[in-house]
Amino acid sequence: MEAVIKTEKLTKRFGDFIAANEITLEVYKGEIFGFLGANGAGKTTAMRMLCGLSKPSSGNASIAGFDVYKETEKIKKNIGYMSQKFSLYDDLTVVENIYFFGGIYGLSDDQLKRKSGELIKRLGLEQESSKLVGSLPLGWKQKLSFSVAVLHDPRIVFLDEPTGGVDPLTRRQFWNLIYEAAERGLTIFVTTHYMDEAEYCNRISIMVDGKVEALDSPTNLKSTFGVTSMDEVFYQLARGAKRGD
Amino acid sequence: MKQFITFLKKEFAHVLRDRKTLLILFGMPIAQILIFGFALTNEVKNAKIVVVDYANDVSSQKLLRKLEASQYFEIEKTVLSAPEIENAFQAGVVKLALVIPSNFDANLAHDNHAQIQVIADASDPNTANTLTNYVSSIIVDYQQELTRSSGISYRILPETRMLYNPQLKGVYNFVPGVMALVLMLVCVMMTAVSIVREKELGTMEILLVSPFKPLMVVLSKAIPYLLLSLINVAIILLLSVFVLDLPIHGSLLLLFAESTLFIITCLTVGIFISVRTASQQVAMLISLMGMMLPTILFSGFMFPIENMPVALQIISNIVPAKWFYIIVKSIMIKGLGFAGIWKETLILAGITVFLLIVSLKTFKIRLA
Repeated sequence: MEAVIKTEKLTKRFGDFIAANEITLEVYKGEIFGFLGANGAGKTTAMRMLCGLSKPSSGNASIAGFDVYKETEKIKKNIGYMSQKFSLYDDLTVVENIYFFGGIYGLSDDQLKRKSGELIKRLGLEQESSKLVGSLPLGWKQKLSFSVAVLHDPRIVFLDEPTGGVDPLTRRQFWNLIYEAAERGLTIFVTTHYMDEAEYCNRISIMVDGKVEALDSPTNLKSTFGVTSMDEVFYQLARGAKRGD
Repeated sequence: MKQFITFLKKEFAHVLRDRKTLLILFGMPIAQILIFGFALTNEVKNAKIVVVDYANDVSSQKLLRKLEASQYFEIEKTVLSAPEIENAFQAGVVKLALVIPSNFDANLAHDNHAQIQVIADASDPNTANTLTNYVSSIIVDYQQELTRSSGISYRILPETRMLYNPQLKGVYNFVPGVMALVLMLVCVMMTAVSIVREKELGTMEILLVSPFKPLMVVLSKAIPYLLLSLINVAIILLLSVFVLDLPIHGSLLLLFAESTLFIITCLTVGIFISVRTASQQVAMLISLMGMMLPTILFSGFMFPIENMPVALQIISNIVPAKWFYIIVKSIMIKGLGFAGIWKETLILAGITVFLLIVSLKTFKIRLA
């Protein structure tokens, strides 16, 4: 299998504080990889390094085949990112948002026209395409946000707690979108606090105090820890944590 | 480049769709110019004056009665010597003093001309100016009356002295002042808030993850406000020329060039604030307290810097608005060319470059 994310002892220090400690993992093409951990465990720091937003203190990593030290610009072109805040502009219309985010990734006018048409059709937003995003319900915003994050056909998409504050039904629909994208060969790297969502992932890692303490499929993890739910796996690991928020 | 235009379009959409903010942006300078221009130069009624009547003859009495008959003056008291005028001024009640020399009547009768000294408390230049104008016109009126009744042409020369502020600075000073204030407000606050808003909304992260350069993000934020501010400068100038009858004596091009420099200074300050703050409220407060107050206090438009303690005078030198204020005043009111303001321009440019370097450095540190 082709590894699109590959890290080796990736570490980030802030003075004496080691936010991310020797993280070693591989994520494969088309995989849905869950990146779990309690608040303050170092998830965000690790993810920022993988996105090329922050330079690691030591260790190595390659994202989509590009080095995190030297080729951050190339990394940026090949990844998509969506945060917990459904990062769209409320005062722009649906189409304007699509054109803006596509535009800053350098898509041509033809591509923008074609892709935005496809996207609107796929999400069933024909009626709303010229409405301000601020007037859309949260669930739609979130789906739109995800679709915009993958508009430029990245190889990996990073989702930072994409379903915070959303009802279970909408969450379910959102995960259907994620599955579709993974089937098209997109790699999904997702952080979440919902253990039911952890079950949807192919493999998950759990971070405790800056270290990756467990990395396997949900089924294997449960049997390793001798428990029946991901909740209990997480609880057993996170209980020992010394850092909180 | 195409990406940059995409970004600019989005920024203009943000600015133009926020109608309330737009209204404030363009309403504020208009309101300020009109308020400062009219409300603060209102006519003065029943101003208290003191009189030193050395002459105490028929003509001087006639003149004084005429003054009192007008609704503008009220003779507070008649004192006997000039030093007492000083005391009356310092007590603060009296705004104007009139000194009629001895032999007023005799001088008029023999030489056909006489002099009167008008002393005004010019620490409030607007009032002082208005009052001396009233006195002069009443004296001219009296003189015409005399001429008409006797057929001989009499001349009474009012000799005016502006105490405390001989050049009457402050009369039209508010136009350059309002310009500095409005530009400071628009550029610093709006830029800071609009950048911090992206941080708050979480869209900044998306922009940083994208291949779009962070420096470009900041640059494209600043450009709409640069344009808005230039429009504001034009509005203020139009108002002051056509509504307040304050002509622009110097070069309009130079005025706009200097304004652009000051706008860039303000934008840089805005960017600097936005880099260091995480919430819109904090950004707004810092812009208001940190920039507006020094602008009002130290630009010299409300409070004369010359009268401040030395320490504050030194501090005032680092306030960009002070230099801009001097520049605009020199161009608009004194009609100076670039040769007359190159020093101030250089200082302003220096401050801008310094701020630019500091904020770019901080910006990079924050990103790492």
